[in-house]
Amino acid sequence: MGKKFLFILRRSPQQGARVRETLDMLLTVAAFDQPVMLLFLDDGVYQIKRGQSPESVGLPAVAPTFEALALYDVEAVLVERESLAERGLTESDLVIPAEAIARAEIAALVADQDVVVTG
Amino acid sequence: MAALHLISRSPADSRALEQCLARAGEGDAVLLIEDGVYAAAEGSGSGEILRAATGRVMVYVLMPDLEARGLDIGSPCLRAAGANNSPPSPAPALHPVDYRGFVNLTASHRPVVSWF
Amino acid sequence: MLDVEGRTLETTADGFLVDPANWDEQVAAVLAAGIPIELTEAHWEIIRFIRAYYLRFHHLPNNRMFVKAVQKEFGAEKGNSRYLHRLFPESPVKYACLIGGLPKPPGCI
Repeated sequence: MGKKFLFILRRSPQQGARVRETLDMLLTVAAFDQPVMLLFLDDGVYQIKRGQSPESVGLPAVAPTFEALALYDVEAVLVERESLAERGLTESDLVIPAEAIARAEIAALVADQDVVVTG
Repeated sequence: MAALHLISRSPADSRALEQCLARAGEGDAVLLIEDGVYAAAEGSGSGEILRAATGRVMVYVLMPDLEARGLDIGSPCLRAAGANNSPPSPAPALHPVDYRGFVNLTASHRPVVSWF
Repeated sequence: MLDVEGRTLETTADGFLVDPANWDEQVAAVLAAGIPIELTEAHWEIIRFIRAYYLRFHHLPNNRMFVKAVQKEFGAEKGNSRYLHRLFPESPVKYACLIGGLPKPPGCI
C-alpha cells in the first residue's frame, strides 16, 4: 500500500492551466496505482458543473477531462455539500458522479492523508 | 497527526484563510506565509476570523515575511478590533515563527495543505 | 507544412499536425513517413484509441497514464510498456499522437 493522496480543487474552471497541471498530477499518481481521492471545494465545484461551453469565449474545456477519472480507476470523487448548496447546485448538476460529504467531515478526511495537493 | 495549513495569499484578494479555517480540524496548525501575513495587518478585516479560531487551531506567522512587509505582530487591529462602542475584543493569539520554526512545523504535522 | 495529395496542412516545428480535424489515414501515412515506423493493424488500433481518447476527454496522457489507459481499454496484454514500445519506439504516446494528428503530449521532448 502506497501513500494516501488527496487532491483538492478549489478554483473555478476559468483558472485553467493550474487545474490541468493538478489533474495531470492526480492522473499520474493514479497511473502508479497509488490510492487517490479527489475533493471539490468552494468554486472548485464549478469544474464539474454540467452545461459549460467555455469554447464559446475561447477557453479550453476542462469538464470533459474529469470523465477520464474512471478510466484510471479513480473512484473516490468527493464534493463538499455546503460548497454545492452555497452555489445553488446539487449532485445532479455534475458531469461525473461525486459523493457529497459535509464540511464538518473535511478535517477528518484531511487528517487521514499522507499528501494533500491543492489546485 | 494534526494537519498544517499554509496560507499564502492576502485576505484582500483571496478568502483562503477564512475557507481554510472553516475546514481545519481541532488542534490543526495554520501558518501565514508570503502575502498571507497581511491577515495580521491593521484593517485586513481578518481579526474576527482569527479570533473565532483561537483555541481551536494554532495560528502561526512567518516573521521574515511579516517583517519584509513592514508589519509587526502587535498590529493594533489584532489587539482591539472591537467596532464602534463595543469593548475591544481580546487579541487572537498569533504565534511568531522563524524559518527554523517553519521547518519544525512541517516536521511535526501531516499532511501539509496549501490554501491560496 | 505537410503535403498530402495536394492538400497543404499546417504542422508545428516538431512536426505535429496543428488541427486534429484535418486528420485521416492518408495524413497519418505521411506523418508516419518521417519516422521509422511501419504501420500495421496493431498500430492503427492504438492510434484510433488515442484519437478517441483526446476527442472525448480533451486531454493527452503522459507515457505512464497512456499505458494504464490502454490497459483499461485492451487489457494487460497490450496495456504494458513493452508492447507499446515495440510498436512505437522511444515514446509510445508521443508517436501515437504524432501519427494520430494530435498535439504533442505533455512531458515529451
